[in-house]
Amino acid sequence: MNKPAEREILESISDYKYGFSDPETYVYKAPKGLSQEVVRQISAMKGEPEWMLEFRLRALEHFLRRPMPAWGADLSGLNLDEIYYYVKPTEAEGRSWNDVPETIKNTFDRLGIPKAEQKFLAGVGAQYESEMVYHSIQEHLEKQGVIFLSIEDGLRKHPDLFREYFGTVIPIEDNKFAALNSAVWSGGSFVYVPKGVKVDLPLQAYFRLNVANIGQFERSLIIADEGAQVHYVEGCTAPQYTTDSFHSGVIEIIVKKGARVRYTTIQNWSNNVYNLVTQRAMVHEEGTMEWVDANLGSKITMKYPSCYLVGKGARGEILSIAFAGAGQHQDAGGKVIHFAPGTSSKITSKSISKSGGRTSYRGLLKVHKGATDVRSNVVCDALLLDPQSRSDTYPYIEIDEEDVTIGHEASVSKIGEEQLFYLTSRGLSEEEAITMVVSGFIEPLVKELPMEYAVEMNRLIQLQMEGSIG
Amino acid sequence: MAALEIKNLHVSIEGKEILKGVNLTINQGEVHAIMGPNGTGKSTLAYTLMGHPSYQVTQGEVWYKGQNILELEPDERSRLGIFLAFQYPVAIPGVTVANFLRTALNARRRAENPEDKGIPILEFRKLIRSKMELLKMDPEFAGRYLNDGFSGGEKKRAEILQMAVLQPEIAILDETDSGLDIDALRIVSEGVNALRGPNLGVLVITHYQRILNYIQPDFVHIMLDGRIVESGGADLALHLEEHGYEWVREKYEVVES
Repeated sequence: MNKPAEREILESISDYKYGFSDPETYVYKAPKGLSQEVVRQISAMKGEPEWMLEFRLRALEHFLRRPMPAWGADLSGLNLDEIYYYVKPTEAEGRSWNDVPETIKNTFDRLGIPKAEQKFLAGVGAQYESEMVYHSIQEHLEKQGVIFLSIEDGLRKHPDLFREYFGTVIPIEDNKFAALNSAVWSGGSFVYVPKGVKVDLPLQAYFRLNVANIGQFERSLIIADEGAQVHYVEGCTAPQYTTDSFHSGVIEIIVKKGARVRYTTIQNWSNNVYNLVTQRAMVHEEGTMEWVDANLGSKITMKYPSCYLVGKGARGEILSIAFAGAGQHQDAGGKVIHFAPGTSSKITSKSISKSGGRTSYRGLLKVHKGATDVRSNVVCDALLLDPQSRSDTYPYIEIDEEDVTIGHEASVSKIGEEQLFYLTSRGLSEEEAITMVVSGFIEPLVKELPMEYAVEMNRLIQLQMEGSIG
Repeated sequence: MAALEIKNLHVSIEGKEILKGVNLTINQGEVHAIMGPNGTGKSTLAYTLMGHPSYQVTQGEVWYKGQNILELEPDERSRLGIFLAFQYPVAIPGVTVANFLRTALNARRRAENPEDKGIPILEFRKLIRSKMELLKMDPEFAGRYLNDGFSGGEKKRAEILQMAVLQPEIAILDETDSGLDIDALRIVSEGVNALRGPNLGVLVITHYQRILNYIQPDFVHIMLDGRIVESGGADLALHLEEHGYEWVREKYEVVES
């Protein structure tokens, strides 16, 4: 915090929150709203096989049949007829940085992406609008047999592998928004890590919305084969628009025997975005899945990363952080379902509410009959910065087995007068003092992030805290 | 040479008057001790000088460097050179001692010069390392979360470390000796002594005389029922050690009734 270099960066992006936008230069933009026609067009534009079109159409049908969820955040402001379901920015996907169009580069420049790329990135997949425009992989990854492609290329180049796993972790019928994504998905990543291969640097993808009212339905499929290891990082920023935007992603992860996957998200959509994401991992014997999920932006987020522990000794861990400012509702948390014996899980949730913002922790912990010797621990801490803000906890626990060890703790705290007095008595302004308490509160999560993301995270928190004092 | 001048200070908490007219002048370079039985307003004086929001000043002034500091916020008082070593330091989970100190130093530098880019990291490391050596602290300490899970002795040492790094001109030590065993007391006192000099005025608030064996005061004051009732040299403390507070009570409470 307050490192000089960081402060300079802070000042240089003071026209935040990434609320700039480039002129729209799109090759194809589907009409607003959703219909069979739009779905067929999307599939045709992508040159998909017949089975995928059928999958999409079935999903559409399910989506239209299914009612809006009656629980969770208030979605009444979301008009699904006012959304573009497909936008294709340029004809071809860029393989090297030189091929990327200038306007898009400018946007990436302002987000600092090329800089990040020059550093230690293993591969960069940048999602600009609804499709990958730029995607690169370091050579040594390819040599190891690691596949890191846009989801479209994954389907094109590895049809059998793709079809074997696609839609198996999150089926069409899972929920209304997963069905919607299944019907109109576009963009996202396809990752396959072969047996025993450990990817030592995080794979990263940046996401960015740029057209007013665009719906972004990214879809990712990550497969870690037996004994493989990979860390995938997703960071989101979006320009600010006055009309509501919508993001509904689906992330499917398969963690095979003894494999380990970490999926990290820093979500910072602008404050008019509805962000409804389904992400789930199927964890097999002795496998480990870790979700690190930070939600700072959006108007409404409903997101509960989940682990299905289906193999003996599988482990699932979810670290969730939510920050809600004025007009925001972060309905976040995590789900772990223990199907097999000897499985263990841990959910840690940290939420911060300020200026009337609302955070909810919503979690499900389920242990099926026969899943003996299960251990699980759930800890939720909420921090309220002012009396106008709100925090709720909805911890659902369903245990059908006796041989289990379950811990659950929840706490709500307010920034104490004594903490503020102590810090201000050392010369910190009240705003600096509050920022410090908040940074400390989320530190257990931030230290799990790759270094540059930790820096970005602290910077985002500082920006969120600016002007928080009368 | 700046002086902290406390003039006829009256302070209430929730409508109850605790300080009933305190007068005291502390010059830079002097060490004053305030002693007194529990509940006589010693800590109230410390908190009030630093600006705790729960303490209402109903009368009086406190002058320092040409300003009535009672009109300033705690951070402004701090940046003016006033420091309070807390009796009960507050935990700030997730914030390391080093990170906290650097932020505090930079806040002060920026208040002086808004263009300041903050203390260079190497310079800061050198500074904190030398101060920790002075206080015989394990370098690992800088990486721990501030006061989070600290023992009583660690908390007090962390307070003196902050004092050493922030280099105040007036330091108030509120019951710094409480909860310390004899070794910890010696180390903390040695730390304070190492910081003594013509630029530092110290106000030691204590119930017991023993810390004054280590930090030799120039002046000793006895506080009773919200007022300073006796002032003298270091020998006054020794007298208290020998005879207790009873004679003070008798002398002044009789007068009052």
